[in-house]
Amino acid sequence: MSLRNFQIYRGDGTVGEMKSYQLEIEKGMVVLDVIHRIQAEQAGDLAVRWNCKAGKCGSCSVEINGKPKLSCMTRMNEYAEDETISIRPLKAFPIMRDLVADVSWNYEQNKRITPFKPDPSSKNESGDYVMMQEDIDRVQEFRKCIECYLCQNVCHVLRDHERKDAFVGPRFMIRLAGLEMHPLDMQDRIPDVKNSYGSGMCNITRCCTDVCPEHIQITDNGIIPMKERVVDRYYDPVMKLIGLIFRRK
Amino acid sequence: MTEIPGGHHSGFLQSNRADKWWIEPLWTGLGFLAFVVYTTWAMFQGDHYWWSAGQGGFGGYLSPFYSPLIFIKQGVAGAAPMDHAWFGSWPGWWPKLIPATPAILILAGPLSFRMTCYYYRKFYYRAYFMSPPACAVEGISQKKYKGETLLLVFQNLHRYTLYIALGFVAILSYDGILSLFRNGEFGIGVGSLILIINPILLAGYVFGCHAFRHITGGNQDCFTCPNGKTSVRYKMWKGVSRLNARHMFWAWISMIWVAFADIYIRMVSSGKWIDYSTWGY
Ligand code: SF4
Ligand code: SF4
Ligand code: FES
Ligand code: FES
Repeated sequence: MSLRNFQIYRGDGTVGEMKSYQLEIEKGMVVLDVIHRIQAEQAGDLAVRWNCKAGKCGSCSVEINGKPKLSCMTRMNEYAEDETISIRPLKAFPIMRDLVADVSWNYEQNKRITPFKPDPSSKNESGDYVMMQEDIDRVQEFRKCIECYLCQNVCHVLRDHERKDAFVGPRFMIRLAGLEMHPLDMQDRIPDVKNSYGSGMCNITRCCTDVCPEHIQITDNGIIPMKERVVDRYYDPVMKLIGLIFRRK
Repeated sequence: MTEIPGGHHSGFLQSNRADKWWIEPLWTGLGFLAFVVYTTWAMFQGDHYWWSAGQGGFGGYLSPFYSPLIFIKQGVAGAAPMDHAWFGSWPGWWPKLIPATPAILILAGPLSFRMTCYYYRKFYYRAYFMSPPACAVEGISQKKYKGETLLLVFQNLHRYTLYIALGFVAILSYDGILSLFRNGEFGIGVGSLILIINPILLAGYVFGCHAFRHITGGNQDCFTCPNGKTSVRYKMWKGVSRLNARHMFWAWISMIWVAFADIYIRMVSSGKWIDYSTWGY
């Protein structure tokens, strides 16, 4: 047991302040436990979003000591005893109240993406789609995403430069990558990846990968392969020539 | 520093991060700067890039900064024998203002490869352009940020520099073999080891390149089509992916090693260090 100091944002998207709290910490507590305890004992109106407390629902994203993290997966023993721990809502999205940010912009982006479109002729005799594991490994890595939007929040294109008009963000770049690399999908999204989803806005500085709680290699396995496919299509005269000569009938 | 709703600090280099986020951009920034300063200096020297213990014949050590030798200027201390030049002796039309050093003719190859590399881009965008300096730390604010779409669109040519880099792996491997001979006699010296390790580290870097990964298999949607068997390309892609996962490590180690190889040969060639070897001379 030890008494620890906390600073938590209290307010909405227009006015608010960092408020100090103190709490006795027990062994094994995570930051979300702290928030709940403060909510129960000291600030009944403290708004916080959470659901699974197991790192699987992606609801509890906040910024702890300035780092975007899942509060349910951040253990108190990561921090020194005398350290004041600050908890803020995500910076890249509008604040609803206290620690709750409005992440609905992300759902809008998701809707913009042309969904999976399998080739019906690739069904086998019994009418099933069959895939080999090797072909689907890449896609499955991206399917681990829990939509916590920590990557979207940390991406400087969205966070600091506010180019939500030009870039869908890393989470949706890997959704696109998963669809584009899918062995059964027939849709071509590469022109949109470049022109409307904004692959060129990312400067591969990898903060999305650094914060991803599912350890998805967003940049190396998702965004860079998409950029390379865009190069094939738009920036590689040699590939263009080869494409012209061997164009599939 | 201003505080905006949410309790976030806003403004250049502002962050709520409590840790020492500036250490990484600082050390990578300074480390690379040191390399650039040394490379520039070594390139302009134009001498002591070759050592064969004064022997002619096949074999000797050639500094990787100077390989391949397009032209050779004669009468320079520590210069390679003329038969190593691809096109003979230094051209008379070379402008006086530019130092006559063989390194200047080839440096653009490796340089353009490294400068457009996806890893180097990450590191110098962070360390030098502060875009962003570190995660969740604000960089220089720009009116309408363009990423790599406008001025930086040339980064998309990285795969062309990859083709050049593949050539350098071959050339430097040949230099490694060259270093196992002195006066036509087979042997081994400390310098040989250095020049053999050099292309191996470079290969670890080049073969883990993202553009290479794309070309070997990344551009395929299906590795087992049409017959359900994994293709050769899949196996290649797997191997490249393994190197690619540690691309940063290979980028740094190969860069440090190439500078070290130049220092070593420069020192031995100018008589400051002794090259221990089986030749005994
Ligand atoms: S790598 Fe690209 S998508 Fe990821 S945080 Fe950086 S700029 Fe954003
Ligand atoms: S990719 Fe990772 S960081 Fe981004 S939303 Fe999914 S789980 Fe969260
Ligand atoms: S509460 Fe579900 S991920 Fe934290
Ligand atoms: S990505 Fe680093 S060398 Fe190509």
